[in-house]
Amino acid sequence: MNVAGDGFHRLVVIGHGPTGHRLVEALRERDTGRRWQVTVIGEETRSAYDRVALTSHLTEGADLAYPAHDPEVTLLTGDPVTGIDRAERVVTTGSGRRVGYDALVLATGSSPFVPPVPGRDLPGVFVYRTIDDLEALRAYSAALAEPVSGTVVGGGLLGLEAARALQGLGLDTHVVEVAPWLMPRQLDEGGGAMLRRHIEALDMQVHAGTPMAGLAAGDDGRVARVEFGDGSAIDSRVVVFSAGIRPRDELARGCGLPVGERGGIVVDEGCRTADPAIYAVGECALVGGQVYGLVGPCFSMAEVVADRLLDGGATFAGADTSTKLKLMGVDVASFGDPFAAALDVTYTDPVAGVYKRLVVSDDARTLLGGVLVGDADSYPTLRAYIGGQLPGTPEQALFGGTEAAGGDLPGSTVICSCNNVSADTIRCAIRDDSLTELAEVKGCTRAGTTCGSCVPLVKKILDAELTAAGIEVSKALCEHFPHSRSELFDIVRVRGITTFTQLITEHGQGRGCDICKPAVASILASLGNGHILDGEQAALQDTNDHFLANMQKNGTYSVVPRIPGGEITPDRLIVIGEVARDFGLYTKITGGQRIDLFGARVDQLPAIWKRLVDAGFESGHAYGKALRTVKSCVGSTWCRYGVQDSVAMAIRLELRYRGLRAPHKLKSAVSGCARECAEAQSKDFGIIATERGWNLYLSGNGGMRPRHADLFATDLDDQTLIRYIDRFLMFYIRTADRLQRTASWLESLDGGIDYLREVIVDDRLGLCAELDAAMDRHVAAYSDEWRDTLEDPDKLRRFVSFVNAPDTPDPSIRFEPERDQIKPVLLAGPELEVVTR
Amino acid sequence: MTAELTVPTRSDRWTDVCGFVDLMPERGACALVDGVQVAIFRTFDGELYALSNFDPFSGAYVLARGILGTRNGAPTVASPMYKQVFDLRTGQCLDDEQVVVPTYPVRHNSAGRVEVSLP
Ligand SMILES: Cc1cc2nc3c(=O)[nH]c(=O)nc-3n(C[C@H](O)[C@H](O)[C@H](O)COP(=O)(O)OP(=O)(O)OC[C@H]3O[C@@H](n4cnc5c(N)ncnc54)[C@H](O)[C@@H]3O)c2cc1C
Repeated sequence: MNVAGDGFHRLVVIGHGPTGHRLVEALRERDTGRRWQVTVIGEETRSAYDRVALTSHLTEGADLAYPAHDPEVTLLTGDPVTGIDRAERVVTTGSGRRVGYDALVLATGSSPFVPPVPGRDLPGVFVYRTIDDLEALRAYSAALAEPVSGTVVGGGLLGLEAARALQGLGLDTHVVEVAPWLMPRQLDEGGGAMLRRHIEALDMQVHAGTPMAGLAAGDDGRVARVEFGDGSAIDSRVVVFSAGIRPRDELARGCGLPVGERGGIVVDEGCRTADPAIYAVGECALVGGQVYGLVGPCFSMAEVVADRLLDGGATFAGADTSTKLKLMGVDVASFGDPFAAALDVTYTDPVAGVYKRLVVSDDARTLLGGVLVGDADSYPTLRAYIGGQLPGTPEQALFGGTEAAGGDLPGSTVICSCNNVSADTIRCAIRDDSLTELAEVKGCTRAGTTCGSCVPLVKKILDAELTAAGIEVSKALCEHFPHSRSELFDIVRVRGITTFTQLITEHGQGRGCDICKPAVASILASLGNGHILDGEQAALQDTNDHFLANMQKNGTYSVVPRIPGGEITPDRLIVIGEVARDFGLYTKITGGQRIDLFGARVDQLPAIWKRLVDAGFESGHAYGKALRTVKSCVGSTWCRYGVQDSVAMAIRLELRYRGLRAPHKLKSAVSGCARECAEAQSKDFGIIATERGWNLYLSGNGGMRPRHADLFATDLDDQTLIRYIDRFLMFYIRTADRLQRTASWLESLDGGIDYLREVIVDDRLGLCAELDAAMDRHVAAYSDEWRDTLEDPDKLRRFVSFVNAPDTPDPSIRFEPERDQIKPVLLAGPELEVVTR
Repeated sequence: MTAELTVPTRSDRWTDVCGFVDLMPERGACALVDGVQVAIFRTFDGELYALSNFDPFSGAYVLARGILGTRNGAPTVASPMYKQVFDLRTGQCLDDEQVVVPTYPVRHNSAGRVEVSLP
């Protein structure tokens, strides 16, 4: 860039889509000397968001906004650039602004192609590109009186995604594709035919190979019918065009920059146009004779230009256009060049709905491309081998023979094509920064953070590196057991062991410790071995479980009665207030919609609980690694927007899973509509109401390492919802590590949420009946721990201050007032610094 | 913590605190002896140990409520607050060699009673 040198220069970026955003981020990160003063001008009213995840905005109400740029970047939104004056180096906007530049980047993306058919401008006809498009579509569909049909024109990747979204809006959905089969750009005929069966199994109707004649209006002047060339027609009150995209090159044309024959701003390998001061990146650029419609190559172009603006020499060398369809329950992937003229190996299983084809070089050694329908498990691995030598025969590759890869992938192999991260980059990051966790690798390298399809491969590389470095992550629970928690769980379950003594004598050594004892106590409790303070079990419990309350910093305890779903009568609220007042307890409302009473001495706990149990309260298990609360919003009973009774569902779930012991605490929430007031997506299992049932989200987390829950299944009826949660919880309880929350458990599961779906929905492991039975046993055996304790003098014996002076309260416990309540005073004060391990 | 506290002075003054059966196996209980909080532990094999109930890491009197176990064969209790582990025989903290808590002589007499002796 010849304007570079001392002083600073003005960079103007037109378009604030994913590419424009990435360019600015990449530049700001590297331009430490602040050479560029950046102005971004965007046409959309909002700042850049994750368009790849657009559909989730409709189905889950997801917030897609990218993080804001640093404040030195000027961002103008809702104001399209209308002209470029190359001589003056000034751009003009719709609102009349004039902004001068030294360098200009066009990141204007593309617009949906709407074929010039009659009726394309009728009300009820939409495209599927921006948040505004989706909101208009949703509002229009919601206003339609009764359930009606909708049509998506275009059976490609985006068309199918739009079709699923239409279905989610409650429309009876049709897909129209001119080509003889679906996804004609990625699939061959066999793959297209198999995909059609999967799509039809989702209750969508496919019309392929019939050219569309036009759209016809009903009496109300809105679209009502899709008409075909052969005279047939389908009723349709909503039509979405998703028939390809066209680069937005109008600004370039307007100022005389060369564009391709079929559109796209012509740029060189440095993404520079014919004008040295102007670059084009992303979907609007024509580079190497090609326009890219995937975010991965677009990001690479942004990185190239960021480098060029700082005098680098980066080039864009073309990109992998492998793709995987993001439709739930339909596995479709296409990678490399599936249409290369070479050898191919095809496998079809019509019963299972599986079609696989690999294209290999004439000597059958090099993988050129392929198509997977119905089972795309091997996609990440196969994709990584494109252009390289297959480790075995093509047949072995087809049947997952390359699964074990990871360690031996060539270093230059691009693992994450969305963010262009190679195997070597991942390996270096792991070595240099001593990474040991998948989440760390994702954070450091960006691999797997966009579409996520490469995550299993990233995990394998990590495992291979750790093994090579000799960081054999020991699975042993502690010095007393050479087993992991899940192995111990199986031993206890299969051998029917009911005591710690038997377990440690036969499978361990020594007498246990504060790590294995509570872990085994939890396993015994999960498998239903009676009250947690029965017999030998009592000695295994951590102090919280031992006293059925939560120890606080001065050795007193807090008490949390269960308030299912956060619903409570005034009378019960008064009881809690009276108990707190009579025992002088500090009260605080918890984040889980219940009330915590602090400052109780061990010897006071039975009397406090007697009052609570008499008033109908039960243990809230706040002290246990167990279900805590199922939070809810007020739901359709009161709320103007609610679509389901979230409170009733939350209560039902809380009562079902109360007392369930797990490797770690469990939190849940139910929201009565997509506004998500209960914050269900931050819970271990979260439920969000839809017009047609419930969407289930799994493995979310708040706290130190927040994680948005993954959408697991949509529009479930009550019964199916509950069964899925039953299985999820029981499978987690069986297989998780000690103190592993569901979020990190899911991240550690090979195959992630898709695998979980296979286990829970498709019963791939043949476990569902067992998991169901285990949960049924739990529900049947539930009994309130505090009520049982109050009825058993033997259990009550432990609640004394001193064995030799049970009536003397612990003199070390003192309080002083603060804001009209008590606060603990530590007599001695901690004498030593606490080293947290 | 000073070293002399770990070597209890001999004393003939034994104080009766409870019956042996009042102590849960592999658990502790606290006794108040002359205003001193003594944590008494009964291990798996019936051995008795007594330590100060004061947890030096948290400043709270809670050691009696910790989980018992073994570390490399040594009988231990883990503080219920921040989980540091102490050797029941010596009061030595096994996670921080600077820290030792006082121990007291404790015995199980022929009448089935538990007695401790304070210096
Ligand atoms: C539903 C859907 C699903 C998708 N799924 C995937 C996927 O799974 N994987 C994948 O790789 N890709 C996917 N894509 C494609 C991906 O979103 C695009 O590759 C990506 O958005 C390209 O980014 P861009 O910034 O180049 O263009 P755009 O996202 O189109 O952004 C360009 C921006 O520039 C603005 N603009 C245009 N002209 C002007 C002007 N004159 N003045 C000011 N501003 C202007 C536009 O309003 C727009 O905001 C999907 C796309 C959609 C619509």
